[in-house]
Amino acid sequence: MTIGLVHYLVVAAILFTMGVLGIFLNRKNLIVILMAIELILLAVNINLVAFSAFLHDLVGQVFAMFVLTVAAGEAAIGLAILVIYFRGRGTIAVDDVNRMKG
Amino acid sequence: MIQLIVFLPLLAAIVAGFGNRAIGNVPAKIVTTAALFASCLLSWPIFIGFLSGTSTATVAPLLDFIHSGDMNVAWSLRVDALTAVMLVVVTSVSALVHLYSWGYMDEDPDQPRFFAYLSLFTFAMLMLVTANNLVQMFFGWEGVGLASYLLIGFWFRKPSASAAAIKAFVVNRVGDLGFMLGIFGTFLVFGTVSIPEILAAAPGMAGSTLGFLGYRFDTMTVLCLLLFVGAMGKSAQLGLHTWLPDAMEGPTPVSALIHAATMVTAGVFMVCRLSPMFEMSPVALTVVTSVGAATCLFAATCGLVQTDIKRVIAYSTCSQLGYMFFAAGVGAYGAAMFHLFTHAFFKALLFLGAGSVIHAMHHEQDMRYYGGLRKKIPVTFWAMMAGTLAITGVGIPGIFGNTAIGFAGFHSKDAIIEASWAAGQPGVWFVGVLVALLTSFYSWRVMFLTFWGKPRWAASEHIQHALHDAHGHDDHEHDHAHDAHQVDDHHANPAKAEDAGHAPHGHHDSAHAPVEGDGGYHPHESPLPMLIPLIVLSVGAVLAGFVFHGFFIEPTAGEEFWKGALAFREHLMHEMHGVPLLIKLSATIAMLLGLLTAWYAYIKAPNFPAKVVEQFGVLYDFLLHKWYFDELYDLIFVRPAFAIGRFLWHRGDEKTINRFGPDGSAWVVQIGARVANRFQTGYLYTYAFVMLIGLTAAVTWAIGL
Amino acid sequence: MIQALAFYLFAFVVVLSGALTIASRNPVHSVMWLILAFFNAAGLMILVGAEFIAMLLVIVYVGAVAVLFLFVVMMLDIDFTELRAGVARYFGIGLALAVALAAEVMIAIGAWSTGPIQLARRAAPIDDTVPNIQAIGNLLYTRYLFVFEGAGLVLLVAMIGAIVLTHRQRGGVKAQNISRQNARRPQDATRNTSPVVGQGVEL
Repeated sequence: MTIGLVHYLVVAAILFTMGVLGIFLNRKNLIVILMAIELILLAVNINLVAFSAFLHDLVGQVFAMFVLTVAAGEAAIGLAILVIYFRGRGTIAVDDVNRMKG
Repeated sequence: MIQLIVFLPLLAAIVAGFGNRAIGNVPAKIVTTAALFASCLLSWPIFIGFLSGTSTATVAPLLDFIHSGDMNVAWSLRVDALTAVMLVVVTSVSALVHLYSWGYMDEDPDQPRFFAYLSLFTFAMLMLVTANNLVQMFFGWEGVGLASYLLIGFWFRKPSASAAAIKAFVVNRVGDLGFMLGIFGTFLVFGTVSIPEILAAAPGMAGSTLGFLGYRFDTMTVLCLLLFVGAMGKSAQLGLHTWLPDAMEGPTPVSALIHAATMVTAGVFMVCRLSPMFEMSPVALTVVTSVGAATCLFAATCGLVQTDIKRVIAYSTCSQLGYMFFAAGVGAYGAAMFHLFTHAFFKALLFLGAGSVIHAMHHEQDMRYYGGLRKKIPVTFWAMMAGTLAITGVGIPGIFGNTAIGFAGFHSKDAIIEASWAAGQPGVWFVGVLVALLTSFYSWRVMFLTFWGKPRWAASEHIQHALHDAHGHDDHEHDHAHDAHQVDDHHANPAKAEDAGHAPHGHHDSAHAPVEGDGGYHPHESPLPMLIPLIVLSVGAVLAGFVFHGFFIEPTAGEEFWKGALAFREHLMHEMHGVPLLIKLSATIAMLLGLLTAWYAYIKAPNFPAKVVEQFGVLYDFLLHKWYFDELYDLIFVRPAFAIGRFLWHRGDEKTINRFGPDGSAWVVQIGARVANRFQTGYLYTYAFVMLIGLTAAVTWAIGL
Repeated sequence: MIQALAFYLFAFVVVLSGALTIASRNPVHSVMWLILAFFNAAGLMILVGAEFIAMLLVIVYVGAVAVLFLFVVMMLDIDFTELRAGVARYFGIGLALAVALAAEVMIAIGAWSTGPIQLARRAAPIDDTVPNIQAIGNLLYTRYLFVFEGAGLVLLVAMIGAIVLTHRQRGGVKAQNISRQNARRPQDATRNTSPVVGQGVEL
């Protein structure tokens, strides 16, 4: 059958969900959270591009480029913070991140 | 003038009460006593006016009170023959008691308070007797109840006194409930609370019925019975009598005023005032008679075995009140009021005399520690003698030509006994005669134990105190009933009745005679302020019967006097004089028998009482425990009430109301805070999870689910 | 036909990679799976005709971001044996919620595709004659220039931020300070003293 817009959107939705799941289901370490965020952004990108292609509107791709830019910047800063955090705490296990407990 | 009589005591009470320490003892005493004497002096002319037939019933309006729909209540002062009788009784006895208290309460630190309470009581009593409507009567009723509570518990630091005061008030309250229901019912039936209107309309309601819970009851019977319950409470009739003996915790002047002459007679007064109503209900009258006769007998039997002099006189009061009620019950209202009148004098005399003896014996009240006092305190002795002659009814019956002569009680008591026969109730007559015998016995017992024989007070604790602290007397707090041997208070009061700190008395078995000897203590006569009232009351006790009996109970003179103030059954009064000779003599015979028995038991053969007690041990115990009424009430009412109270406190108040109220809301806040706390775990994934939930919710809402 | 096949292949692998990314125990493995996910997403985009974005994805994401991830994973020297595994507390309910979320998104998609939902008019219609890169270039440097420069600034700030955050003075390291060495004067370096015979010199 012809692959329509819906297929791409479904794929994107599944990826998005998995990214969200990854944020709070993981027990391993903080880096996985950052990777999950990247997955989310990827899902969004797929979505934008798919729409852009099927609606014949180039703005979607331009926007996807900017999302990419921001994602890259955010990954950089996030990892920088992670490094500092590791320096201070010596661990990046998610369970130990409870300083905000109240 | 009547306004002055009624309100002077109130003013005096206010001045003394609020002045208290500011004005000092002597001014307070002077103000109150002077006010009372003024009231007394103003009352006698009113009474004499009615006696001579010149005055008529008047109503002096004071103030409007309630105007609500059908109910119009106004404060007003009614003066008719019945009121006049009560006015002289109340004001005279109260004035004399005020004077007596100068001497008796001389070393008490709280004198202004005492005199203020006495005057307050007098005011309330006067409002009661001058009431022209049931609401004002109830006001006075409650007022005397309050004053009684305040005065019984005057020495409030003593737990037994506080407990006795509460007991008196609570038992009174039960009666007051009946009274209130009676007033409500009366208003419902008659549409008014004004006494003249009710009494005028009463015959019209004679056969009607009242519907209640699906049953029909005779109207007048229901109303009269309810009102009588109130009288039972106030006048300590059988069933609601338990408070009267314990009321002896108050100072003796209080006992003389309230529990002899005035407050307890309020019930009799009420029944006589509403006698036209009672006349319409034979059932109610029968109940009144039965209760009165039962009380009469019960109290007399209890008075036989008491060892505290005040308690004997208290039971005597209870018994004489029974006489008054059963006189009213058989229809001889005039005789009932006559007995009330004479009784006020001789009972107050007996109480004040007993107070004098107690004062002389340094607050010792147990008669087993008396003996041989007639030489030591002669004035008191003769006063008590006059009182005893009056109460036992010593006199010469009118066998020759209808002129009887005797002491006060003779005239009034014989009138009651003859009336009961004339009204065709021989059972009641028999009870009356039997009780006359018992009355004579225990009254003479008191006299013989106290004034005859050898001094026996060496072992008394109070005498020991007197000997050891040579200067001044201890606080009057020791004037408490010696209950170490008497178990009266124990079961009746839930609070600790005994002052546990007091050293135990030498435990004497009632069967053993106390130690002989006077231990070196010499009782002395009371001061003048105490003797004057005794002398005045003696005169009354001796002469009142003879002088006034015509006006109260003679058929024609009585009708002239009463003039419709109460339901005066003229034909009954007539028949009274026509009773058989034996009946007329019966009371006197009974009195002589009692005197002889007492003389034998306490003078001739002092071992006799001990032997009787040994023989009839069970009966003795039964009487000593006042027929176990206190224990019975404790079981049926006090304990369940406390149990219910505890239940409601723990389960109701603490577990339910508090649980849902203050504790509950605090708990909810705590739990809520703890739950809300769980969100702040500090863990990233928790926050992310919450965000997810929020996101899902938003999406759900956005797609319109 | 081949298009469908390719689509399903790429879609399947991307989903699988995504799942394994978050499920792997070893963070290095996670990164690898992430890279695979990126590659396949790029493939999907090529299928659609957005080759520029696809290449961008590969160069920037895989070449830079994923490598950065790998650097950090390596640098942090995580002790793998200590890593706790185990199901998270909210696994059940979280999974349920995520499934619900996915379902809702798909419902929304279905509603859009079947119903009369209007979309905004095209802001930049695609001209099929122009190659993709050229078309994007045309758009980017004219209409969206401002946003483009802004994106560049974002990247600059991110770079500066990363440096600022992680820069630290390391103690215990003796580094050469060339200018200081050059600026040393003889009078600072030496000092003439006359020590007493037998006694040493204090430096």
